[in-house]
Amino acid sequence: MESREKMAMHRQTNVMLSRVAASLYWMSRYLERAENLARLLDVNLQLSVDFDRQDAESLQEHWLPVLRSTGSEEAFLKVYPAADSVTVPEYLTFAAGDGCSIRSCVAAARENARQVRDQISFDMWEVLNDMWLFLKDASDESIRGANAPGFYERVKRFSHLFQGLTDSTFSRNEGYEFIEFGKYLERADKTSRLLDIKYHILLPTVNDVGGAVDTLQWQAVLRSASALESYRRFYVQEIVPWKVAEFLLMSDSFPRSVRYCVERCDYFMHRIADIPASDYRTAGERRFGRFVQNLRFASIDEVMGAGLHEHLAMVQGELEAVGSHVYDAFMYHPPVDMAAEIRLHQQEQQQQIRLHQQQQQQQ
Amino acid sequence: MLEQYNPGEFYDEMFDEPGAVRSHYRSVADRLTSVSHDEYEKKQAAVEQAFMRRGVTFTVYSDDQGTERIFPFDCVPRIIPADEWSQIEKGLIQRLTALNLFLHDIYHEQKILRERVIPPQYVMSAKHFRREFMHFEVPKNIYVHVCGSDLIRDRDGRYLVLEDNLRCPSGASYMLENRAALRRAFPDLFRAAGVRPVEGYAGQLLKNLQHVSPDSTGGQPNVVLLTPGVYNSAYFEHAFLARQMGIPIVEGRDLVVRDYRVYMRTTAGLVPVDVIYRRIDDDFLDPSVFRSDSLLGVPGLVNACRAGNVTLANSIGTGVADDKVIYAWVPKIIRYYLGEEPILANVETYLASEASDRTYILENLEKLVVKSANEAGGYGMLMGPWASRAEIEAFREQIMANPRNFIAQPPISLSRHPTWVSEVSDFEGRHIDLRPYILYGDKVTVTPGGLTRVALRRGSLVVNSSQGGGSKDTWVLGERAA
Repeated sequence: MESREKMAMHRQTNVMLSRVAASLYWMSRYLERAENLARLLDVNLQLSVDFDRQDAESLQEHWLPVLRSTGSEEAFLKVYPAADSVTVPEYLTFAAGDGCSIRSCVAAARENARQVRDQISFDMWEVLNDMWLFLKDASDESIRGANAPGFYERVKRFSHLFQGLTDSTFSRNEGYEFIEFGKYLERADKTSRLLDIKYHILLPTVNDVGGAVDTLQWQAVLRSASALESYRRFYVQEIVPWKVAEFLLMSDSFPRSVRYCVERCDYFMHRIADIPASDYRTAGERRFGRFVQNLRFASIDEVMGAGLHEHLAMVQGELEAVGSHVYDAFMYHPPVDMAAEIRLHQQEQQQQIRLHQQQQQQQ
Repeated sequence: MLEQYNPGEFYDEMFDEPGAVRSHYRSVADRLTSVSHDEYEKKQAAVEQAFMRRGVTFTVYSDDQGTERIFPFDCVPRIIPADEWSQIEKGLIQRLTALNLFLHDIYHEQKILRERVIPPQYVMSAKHFRREFMHFEVPKNIYVHVCGSDLIRDRDGRYLVLEDNLRCPSGASYMLENRAALRRAFPDLFRAAGVRPVEGYAGQLLKNLQHVSPDSTGGQPNVVLLTPGVYNSAYFEHAFLARQMGIPIVEGRDLVVRDYRVYMRTTAGLVPVDVIYRRIDDDFLDPSVFRSDSLLGVPGLVNACRAGNVTLANSIGTGVADDKVIYAWVPKIIRYYLGEEPILANVETYLASEASDRTYILENLEKLVVKSANEAGGYGMLMGPWASRAEIEAFREQIMANPRNFIAQPPISLSRHPTWVSEVSDFEGRHIDLRPYILYGDKVTVTPGGLTRVALRRGSLVVNSSQGGGSKDTWVLGERAA
């Protein structure tokens, strides 16, 4: 038997199947991903309208980094000849495939929710199902021109409603810890990728750095993370790139910053593993602990000095590592070897029969 | 709205004769009369949308995708007065008590066979008779914990048992969801109607499942519901019932058997399982005993069960008693074990394996309904009066080749009920049946209500959801009502 499977010889009702934990975790991640895609598309569509030049090259320059940040560039280019304000939103909203579009994310979130319908509250299920029905019936027309803002607003609203209902109708048990862990992990990753878009954007000339276009684009990054207002309250001054990066990376109070999300992941990882907050016991936990410390103490100057892109790549790598660690330790069970199981239990049967025959002979 | 309704020449549940509403339908008929066609159509549409939104759906795998459909719901409730129900209830309790005794007997002394009350070959040749479970003890001697028997009414309004479902009867969740749907659509309909609640179903089921747990659990048994998984067409029901009972829903891959004990794989390691409400057929339950190609089951489950460490509900091998050939013998089974006359009658049944019956069947195929012994869901059936020459001849050959596998019955013209027909925006009579749910625990109880299924196609007698059937809320009235 798998060494990790300790025998818990207690009879209690508060147990959670590993499969259920995995479904709650993925449900939460996919929904968070869908919301982030909606915000990303909404903001970048608005931004592209303001461009001076609407030629194919400018549009390509604008949209390719967006695609790249979602990891869909390659798959996209197999289907569409060029990236522009029609094709990219179409792809990232509707494309079929594992988690590459809003619709496929919501489908996956709902499918995971369906696996655990007995676990989540009825209200949560209903919102997710509504959201799916809304997306199922949507068409390319739903995101054309003036329809787009309203459409992406609906997607965000559904997600907020779901998260609000999770907060107000889901018991604070182990399942909640998996939901929250998944949500913050996904969010940290997406915020880091948003920042990375800026890194990819090649400005037309050196003179534009710090100019009007640059400011507009940095504002867009903040709006993509719903962070513009919080940022303004925090710095009360003009937007400058490194301050934006500092805020989205290091704020300890803004709930979409990488630092904040990673702190929440840290908290929920400890809850899931059932260990004190300061403890890091396994190799996976220690690795994550070092990462958390790194985020706490790094300054923006250091990050910029070493390269923002490199830093963001490191962040994404560490997030993936802790995700795999928690998944392997608490959600994944290697599939049963059916043939071996069948052999084992058939041998047991034979033994039983022999025993039974012996007893009868003795009588 | 019901002024134009024509009850036709069938037994109509609501109308005694044209224009004359039966007294127990009076208040509902009055309320419906006060609703305009438009308003009614709107309510009907709202109900259907609510089912879709709530995900009260079953999955149809006609293509790769698997489309989710709702089980069509008709807003006019089917109403059963207290005195009628009391007879149904007594009849069902009597029937399940006898069938359970029958199962115990055929898996032990087989007295009923040795005394030739039933020819032994019928039991021995039954597809679901599990020889390997001879002399196997089940807790509290309960084999069938959940039973859903299908009742119909003939032209005179007499209730008849059409078949028993003793393996994994489904539909109880629709009984509960239909009630909730009708409450939302017509809340005022219920006021002072004296409708008995069905909502106790899940609680009673859980209590009964705990009742049969192995003795070793110290009064705190872990009960789970075993589902084939999210792709099963009845998955909604499985999740629904598990949530109502507050028990985990598990798949085969969540369970593992070690040292004759069943465990579930949780985030905290392996946790023992004591009682399994299984919604998987015998054949797929344990690939080390039954079908080895089953990926849904749990290897070793049967061993654990035999060792008395886990209880299965329903038990293994109950299907022998809902074989359609055994069905024909149920009146004798009741008389034999209980010494009572059956309260609910069977539909008259001819067995193709009895020589004289066979001659009659083969001579009258165009007048009879022929059924395979082990098919369900309206499949494997010949509806003689409506069948083509070729279909009849095909069945004739099958019957002669394998008489044990066929029975025949005269067609019963099921009772009808006013049902909303969108295409004509009006009520028309549609044929219905009734599936009540019987639970066996420290005593046998029948939930006051059930699933009324309705054949939505004009003239159709087939109520199965897979073949154009829908359903209605089923009201059982209390003693004081009406």
